[in-house]
Amino acid sequence: MPDLDELAAEALTAVAGSGDEKALDALRVRYLGRKGLLTAHLKNLGALPADQRRAAGQRINLAKRQLQQAIATRRKALAELALDARLREERIDVTLPGRRRAVGGLHPVTITLDRITRIFQVAGYDVAEGPEIEDEYHNFEALNIPANHPARAMHDTFYIQPGTVLRTHTSPVQVHVMEREEPPFRMICPGRVYRCDSDLTHTPMFHQVEGLLVDREASMADMKGTIVGFLREFFEEQVKVRFRPSYFPFTEPSAEVDMSCVACGGKGCRICSHTGWLEVMGSGMVHPRVLEMSGVDPVEYSGFAFGLGVERLAMLRYRVGDLRLYFENDVRFLRQFH
Amino acid sequence: MKFSESWLREWVDPGMDTAELMERLTMAGLEAGGSAPVAGKFSGVVVGEILAVEAHPAADKLRLCRVGDGAGTHAVICGAPNAMAGMKAPYARPGARLGGSTGGEREISAAAIRGVESSGMLCSAGELGMGEDAGGLLALPEDAPPGADIRELLSLDDHSIELDLTPNRGDCLGMIGIARDVGAMLDLPVARAEIIEVETRIEDEFPIRISAPRQCPRYLGRVIRGIRLDAQTPLWMREKLRRSGLRCIDPVVDVTNFVLLELGQPLHAFDLAKLQGRIDVRLSLPGEKMTLLDGKEIEFAENTLVIADAAGAVAMAGIMGGIKTAVSEQTVDVFLECAAFSPEAIAGRARAAGMQTDASQRYERGVDYRLQQRAMERATGLLLEIAGGKAGPTSEALGEIPATRRVSLDYAAVRRVLGVEVPAAEIKQILTRLGFVPCGENRESLSVEAPSFRYDVAIAADLIEEVARIHGYDKLPLGMGLNRQRMGQAPERQIETGRLRHHLAALGYQEIITYSFIDPGLAASFSAVDTAAVRLQNPISSDLSVMRGSLMPGLVQTLRYNVNRQQENLRLFETGLVFAREGDGFRQQAMLGGLIAGARSLKNWSDSDANADFYDARGDLESLFAIGGKSADLRFVAAEYPGLHPGQCATVMLAGETVGHAGALHPALQRELELPPAFLFETRLDALCTRRVPRAGELSRFPATSRDLAFIVGEEHAAGDIELRVRETAGPLLTSLRVLDVYRGGAVPEGCRSIALGLTWRHPSRTLDDAEVERIINKIIKALRETFQASLRN
Repeated sequence: MPDLDELAAEALTAVAGSGDEKALDALRVRYLGRKGLLTAHLKNLGALPADQRRAAGQRINLAKRQLQQAIATRRKALAELALDARLREERIDVTLPGRRRAVGGLHPVTITLDRITRIFQVAGYDVAEGPEIEDEYHNFEALNIPANHPARAMHDTFYIQPGTVLRTHTSPVQVHVMEREEPPFRMICPGRVYRCDSDLTHTPMFHQVEGLLVDREASMADMKGTIVGFLREFFEEQVKVRFRPSYFPFTEPSAEVDMSCVACGGKGCRICSHTGWLEVMGSGMVHPRVLEMSGVDPVEYSGFAFGLGVERLAMLRYRVGDLRLYFENDVRFLRQFH
Repeated sequence: MKFSESWLREWVDPGMDTAELMERLTMAGLEAGGSAPVAGKFSGVVVGEILAVEAHPAADKLRLCRVGDGAGTHAVICGAPNAMAGMKAPYARPGARLGGSTGGEREISAAAIRGVESSGMLCSAGELGMGEDAGGLLALPEDAPPGADIRELLSLDDHSIELDLTPNRGDCLGMIGIARDVGAMLDLPVARAEIIEVETRIEDEFPIRISAPRQCPRYLGRVIRGIRLDAQTPLWMREKLRRSGLRCIDPVVDVTNFVLLELGQPLHAFDLAKLQGRIDVRLSLPGEKMTLLDGKEIEFAENTLVIADAAGAVAMAGIMGGIKTAVSEQTVDVFLECAAFSPEAIAGRARAAGMQTDASQRYERGVDYRLQQRAMERATGLLLEIAGGKAGPTSEALGEIPATRRVSLDYAAVRRVLGVEVPAAEIKQILTRLGFVPCGENRESLSVEAPSFRYDVAIAADLIEEVARIHGYDKLPLGMGLNRQRMGQAPERQIETGRLRHHLAALGYQEIITYSFIDPGLAASFSAVDTAAVRLQNPISSDLSVMRGSLMPGLVQTLRYNVNRQQENLRLFETGLVFAREGDGFRQQAMLGGLIAGARSLKNWSDSDANADFYDARGDLESLFAIGGKSADLRFVAAEYPGLHPGQCATVMLAGETVGHAGALHPALQRELELPPAFLFETRLDALCTRRVPRAGELSRFPATSRDLAFIVGEEHAAGDIELRVRETAGPLLTSLRVLDVYRGGAVPEGCRSIALGLTWRHPSRTLDDAEVERIINKIIKALRETFQASLRN
C-alpha cells in the first residue's frame, strides 16, 4: 500500500492537472470511490493497532476532505472554462437583419373609416350596414327624392334593372333601421356607394359615412356641435368650420359644411382652390317627411343627419393628390400607410 | 347661373365689394362659385369717333383713320374691316395700357406702321378682354361722347359672378330673384320692376287652347308683325348677355334671353308664318315625333307636354322649340310665347332626352306662375325698341292655377329645430322681406302665404330654413346636448372585421379595395353559372359592367397591376360584398378574400428562397378561423372551382357547411394573364366573425403522454380523412394531433406515402398508464388498417 502522504500529494496534483469533467470524475473514482486508493486506507484502519487507529483515521479523513475540496474547486474552474469557451463559440453578428415576415397594412380608406367609426362610437353612435344593391324606394323616394326630382341629377345612378339601383349614398341604411326599430336613433352608416361618374375628381365607387341622430330634442345647434367636434377630433386640429345653407331633399334646413383648409390654414392654396375653405360634409335637420315615411313621428321627434366622403377626408388628412390612387391598389402607394 | 355684378347693383346696392358680396351670397345659400372680371386690365382707352377713313399708301389691308377723341384729331392705322366714317370705337391713346384677360400688359405708343405714323390704336372687343372679336372694332353706341373713358362708359369694372344654385332655388335663376334675396339678407330696399304696357298697334291674335290644364297653368301669346331680324342688338344688352355667359344671336333670341336672365321667365318665339291653325298645349300622342331646333329628331316619351299647332307638335314645352316653326333670317312676323308650366310636367323630361336648356332648367325648378304678363310686356317692349314691328294684344289661356300655399309656423318649433331663440318679430320680418305674406298670427305662431315663385316652400321646416339662413347659420350656437348616458356594447360572440384585417396585416397581407363592378370576361373565369351574374344597365365602361360574384378577380387583377410594376412578392386581401342573382332578388354576401404570390419570405441571408404555395394560403386562412376558436370545426375537402387549379383546390367547410374555397390560380389563366403562380382563398365573412364566449376549465396537474406514429397509406387517401379517423378513435383524452411528416420513396412502396402523426393525451385527474395508451394506439392502427389499408411503419 502506498504511503498516505505520497498518495494524497499525487492525487492533488492529478486533480489540479485534470483537463475536463470526465477526467476529474475518473480521479474521484480512482481515489475516493468504493474501491478507491484513499478508501483502501480507511478500510485498512482495522488492521492497525488500536492506539494508532484514531490518529490514522484523522489523517486519512483530512486527506480525503482536502481531496474532495480540491475536486470541487477544480470542477468549478473547469465549468467556468467550459462556459467561457461556449460563449466564445456562440458569438454571432447581431448586426445582421432579423428574420421576419414583411408586415402588411390596411387600406387608407379603411384606416380612415376606422378612425371615423371610433370617434362616433365613443360618442354613442351605433354602426349600421346594409345592402349595396338597393331598391329605388329606399335610395330615393323614402328620402324625399321622387322620380323626376332635379336632385336625382345630382346622383348619377347605376341601374341593375328598373327599380333596382346601386345605392348612391348610405342613407337607405338609415331608412331600413328607422323602419325596423324605435327611436331614439344614433347611428353612422359607413360603406361603398356608387355614382355613374368618372373623371379626375370622381370615381364611380367611393365610400361614405352617413350619420343620423333622432331624439326628442335634437336641434341644429346640436348638429353643429357634433360636426365641429368630429372634424376637430378627426384632424386633431382646431379647424374652423362654417355651415352654409344648401339643399338636400332629405333635410330641411340643410347645410354644407366647410372647414378651414388644412394645407394652408385658410390663407388660400391650390388644395382649397384659393378660397381657404374645404367643402367636407353635407348636413341638415331630417326632413319631417323622411321621418314620417319611416314611421317616426315628426312632431315628437326631430333629428339631424350628415354625410361625408371618406376618400375626400383621407385625401385631406394624408395629402393624397389623386383620387384614383385609392382603387388602383399600387402596393407602393398602399405601403405608405403602414 | 352667371350674372353681372353691376346688373345686380341696378336692383339693389349691397354696399360692399365683390369678395364680401360673394361671401354673403354663399352664406345665405346662394353659393358664389367664382368670379371673373368682365374686361381686361386696360387703361387710357376712350371713345374715338372715326371721322374719315383713307387708304394706307403702302398696304392693301390697312387703312388710315382720322379719329376724334374730343381733344383733337389723330391719325390711326387700322386693319379692321368694319372701320368706317361715323363709327365710334374704343381708341387707345398713346400711353394707354392694354392687357387682355389672359395676355400680358403692353403700353401703346405712337409708332410708324409701314412708313405711316399711327398715333395709338383702335380696339376690338378681344383686345380689351371683352370676349370674342365680332368682325373687327368694337362698335360703341352712337351717342357715346368722344373722349369718354371706356371703363366708365361701359361699367367695365364689373365682375361676372357664378352662382352654383341648389335645385330648390329656381327663383334665383333670374336677376330679380337674386336681388330679392340680397335685399332680404342685408335688409336693403330692392328696386321694383314696373310693368310698362306696350301699345298695341294691330289687332291680330293667334288662337290658344290649353288641353293639359294641370301641366300648364297659364299660356300667353302675342303676335308681333314686321320685325327686322338684321337689327343690331344694343351694346348694353349685348354686354349684359355676355357677362351672364350668353352669346348674341339675333334680336329675338337676345331679347328672350335677356328677359330670361332678368326675370327668370323663359320665352319662345315662333315664326308666325309657319304656324298653322291654333296653338294647343297638350300631352304628346303615342309615337309622336318632332325635329328640335338643334336638328335632332325625337320621339316623345309618353305624356310629354308639347306645344302643338294644327299640323302637330311645334315645341317640346318648356324645353326646346321645333325647327319647323323656328325663327329664321326670313322671319318677319313672330308669335311670342310666354307660359307657366308645372315643374312636374317638365322635370326629368329634358334629362331623359339627354338635354338641358336654360328654359328646362328653370321650368323644372319652377317658374313663377304670376310672372307671365310682366315678362311678356317686357320682352315685347324691348323687341319693338330693337327690331321694330307692331304688337298685337296679348292672348291668355288659363289652365289650373296652383292654390296659394299657406304655411303656419310655431315659434316653439323654430327654437326646437334650431336650438336657439329667434325673436318672433325677426322671424316675421325675415319672411316678409323674402316675399312671404303674413296672413294670421298669435303669440305662439305665424301663418304666411308663400309667394308664387317659391315652389320649394310647403311646410314649417321650409320656413325654419328661411329664417335660419337669413338669420345666419353661423349665429347658431354649438350644442352638445343629448348627453343622456347609454352603456357601451361589447358583444363577445362577434369578432370585428377589423380584428381579422389586423391579423392579416400582421401576416404580411396588404389590404386592397377594388371596384365592385368588374370585367365580364374576368368575372366569367371565376364563375360557374353565368346566369347568376348581376349586370349593370348603364355601366361606365364595358370593363366595369358586371357586379363581382367573387373577390378573386379583383385580387388577380391587382396582382397583375403590381406585377407589371415589378412588385412580385405579394400578399393581398380584400373584404366586401359579392353579388349574384337569386330567384327574383339578389344575394349580397360579405366575403374575405386573399392572395399570395412570390416568395414565402422576402429574400434574405438566412432563409431559403422557396416560393409560397397552397399550404401558405391555407395556413393563413386556418389562422383566421383560429381567432374564433373554430380550428376543430374546419375542414378542407378537395374540389374543383373555375379559375383554380383542379389538383390544388379545396372547399372550405366549417362544421359541415361550405363557407369558402381556396386554391392555386389555374395555370391556363395564369399564363393568359402573364402572372406568376398565385394562391387564392375566399371565405364568407360571417363564418369568421362569430365565436363562442370562452369557458375556462380545470387544468390537469398530471403529465401528458405523447407518441409519434407513422403510417404507410395509399396516395388515394386524403390526409384529412386519415386525420379525422384518428380523431374519432383516439378517445376523449387526446389533446393534440399534428401531422409531423409526409414522406415518399425509400422503403415506402410506389403509390403510397408515409404520414407521421404526433399524438398527445392527458388525463384530467390521473397519470395515464402505458397500457392504456397502448390500447388506444392499437385501436388507431386497427381503424386505419380497416379503413385505409394503412400499415404502421417501423
